[in-house]
Amino acid sequence: MNGNGKKKKIGVFVCHCGVNIASVVDVERVAKALENYPGVEFSTNYVYMCSEPGQKMILEKIKEQKLDSVIVAACSPTLHEKTFQNVVELAGINPYQLEIANIREQDSWVHSDKEKATAKAVKIVKSMVEKVLQNESLEPIRVGVTRRALVIGGGISGLQAALDIADHGYEVLLVEKGPSIGGHMIQLSETFPTLDCSQCIMTPKMVEVSRHPKIRLLTYHEVESVSGFVGNFKVKIRKKPRYVNPDLCTLCGDCEKVCPQIVSDEFNMGLSFRKAIYMPFPQAVPGTYTLDIDNCLGLLPIRCGKCKDVCEPKAINYDEQEEIFEEEVGAIVVSTGYDLYTMDHLGEYGGERYEDVLNGLEFERILSASGPTGGVVRRPSDGKVPKNVVFIQCCGSRDTENHNPYCSKICCMYTAKHAMLYKHRVPDGHATVFYIDVRTGGKAFDEFYQRAVEEDHVLYIRGKVSKVFQEGDRIIVWGVDTLTGKKVEMEADMVVLAMSMVKTEGGEELLKKLKIATDANGWLAEAHPKLRPVESLNAGFFLAGCAHGPKDIPETVAQASAAAAKVGDLFAQKELLHEPTIVPVNEELCSGCGICVTVCPYGARELDPIKKVVKVNEILCEGCGACAAACPSGAAQQKNQTDNQIFSMVKAILKG
Amino acid sequence: MFEPKIMCFLCKWCTYAGADLAGTSRMQYASNSVNLRVMCSSRIDPQHILYAFKEGADGVFIGGCHPGDCHYVEGNYKTLRRTILLSRMLEDFGIDKRRLRLEWISAAEGKKFMETMNAFSESIRELGALNLDQVSLTNEDTKHG
Repeated sequence: MNGNGKKKKIGVFVCHCGVNIASVVDVERVAKALENYPGVEFSTNYVYMCSEPGQKMILEKIKEQKLDSVIVAACSPTLHEKTFQNVVELAGINPYQLEIANIREQDSWVHSDKEKATAKAVKIVKSMVEKVLQNESLEPIRVGVTRRALVIGGGISGLQAALDIADHGYEVLLVEKGPSIGGHMIQLSETFPTLDCSQCIMTPKMVEVSRHPKIRLLTYHEVESVSGFVGNFKVKIRKKPRYVNPDLCTLCGDCEKVCPQIVSDEFNMGLSFRKAIYMPFPQAVPGTYTLDIDNCLGLLPIRCGKCKDVCEPKAINYDEQEEIFEEEVGAIVVSTGYDLYTMDHLGEYGGERYEDVLNGLEFERILSASGPTGGVVRRPSDGKVPKNVVFIQCCGSRDTENHNPYCSKICCMYTAKHAMLYKHRVPDGHATVFYIDVRTGGKAFDEFYQRAVEEDHVLYIRGKVSKVFQEGDRIIVWGVDTLTGKKVEMEADMVVLAMSMVKTEGGEELLKKLKIATDANGWLAEAHPKLRPVESLNAGFFLAGCAHGPKDIPETVAQASAAAAKVGDLFAQKELLHEPTIVPVNEELCSGCGICVTVCPYGARELDPIKKVVKVNEILCEGCGACAAACPSGAAQQKNQTDNQIFSMVKAILKG
Repeated sequence: MFEPKIMCFLCKWCTYAGADLAGTSRMQYASNSVNLRVMCSSRIDPQHILYAFKEGADGVFIGGCHPGDCHYVEGNYKTLRRTILLSRMLEDFGIDKRRLRLEWISAAEGKKFMETMNAFSESIRELGALNLDQVSLTNEDTKHG
């Protein structure tokens, strides 16, 4: 009897798999033993069931014997379940009326006693007959797709992903928490290995994003929460008040001149100052001033109000309020970037104590033509041009015991670039690099490093630095040359630390809101390290850039484009299909205790407050069955794996 | 010699795949167990285990993913809690709790599956047949609708 009370007509097809099964299991006896088993209409065996003639035989027998369900006793279902589902579908049978009895991997290949293996095969097949007797015909659950993407983070990865998705013809919301897009890349001076100016290649992209008709740029916004599921997310976005209307601001700069509050400039890594009302950098997109409320004297005109007084176009509005609004999207690209490991982690190098010990990004700003020194290499303490610069690689990277176990990947290349650019600016200066290994895997990367050594005469010393300290206006570097085994003491005017790349500060909070998986180091986890490198394990989320792990610019751009292509794949679907073996609720049996609601890891179940029974969101249900085991009344039964099916299978196995 | 009957419930993602790997690696183990595939070890209801004992199993084995590896986030933790509680109940029923075994076996641990099957089979052999009629358990059908 099947679930509907109708008698089923089951066909059993036992495969020899050449000799793989037949040499241990007596396949003929298995087929014979099933012939008269309740529900079985037809039973046979064949040498290769998955071969063309084997499949054809199944197809013919289904028609000839008017079968409505099929058991194939063969290899593991992971191998050929799909193959045989296609066969029965061709014959007009619902694929959920097919079951595989695994008599190869879990029988003939692990046992050698023919008698016992044959008896076991019979039990396995009988248990599958019991299951299929009660199988329901199921159709995949279908759901629509919102063809609109959210990109979180406006660095190079976010911009590239947004542009590509928009060029596919889909709408994009690009959310950036800062006042301008551009990320870390816009802070860089020149980029390896071609030494093209970062701003020159970045600003056109920023402008393109701001002008693209399909992209809605939301700077100074943050993602507040995400609910829903792949294809159907609901995102709450918080708009932080900027107190300046970008449409009215003419960038005249009058407000900045009168602002009395001077604070450290984060774009220049604290090497210069800005006002509380500011533009992060001249090419900022959107081109507008922003009032940084944390550093403003206060919005009450009685306290200050100078900027509003001088603003001729009346762009400043102190009454602007924070707003939270909801948007619907179908896919989310997470491109939240990285931060540098802070120098206080390496107290022995004195990065936090000495002004002339800098991290890589600070040195980028010093090298940049738009930086605090106008591109002239000057040290922060006294503005002198340093004649000896020591670069230390692997600061916080590749140190399992004390810091980060991973390689930050880009430091070897940017240190070579730093040393090279320094030598171009100060030809009579000396650049020394301490390294563990020089890793230059990448197109034209090693040639670049060789140029630094051979043409620009950068001195590379293999070894670690133990201590950096100041004596008068000189910095002393103690290290070891591990090739000669000798201690090295060196005087320097400036030291640059290639700090490790780490997950963004405060990024965990956002990731918690998104509920997506990370690895041991806090980087986003990919669905498969080789075959699905740009998708998150959580359906509908895609990864781009350094939020996923350290990367250089070309790799970041490639990954962002790949993520955008994957979003395109998703949006090209007419509808999304979802596995129907979910756990619905029998409302007549449900007592509304809510136990299943608490055990569901996906939030797919909730208690209907009026009917006092549990409702199931079919799309969110992944079909693990934890709730079915927890339900005390038997109201939660997994489709095609009901308690009765399990009981019948157990009985067949133990009594068969 | 007494040949035990062992009922195995394996989760699809880890232990069932581990059992398949034991097969593709041609590892040999005791043939007195039969596997039943569930999506997650947390699908296994204590009733299923009691029913297996009632229907003549001398031992019941549950295989799930290692802690932290569950395909369904945290199903294996639920299984662990249920199994511990059920073990206590089994003792109350007069069933030696060693007859119920839970192991975490990943898709890469074919060898562990083989070793576990052999070890469990041996330990059940030592415990002997369950002879449930000598312990007081109801004989009525435990089926639910």
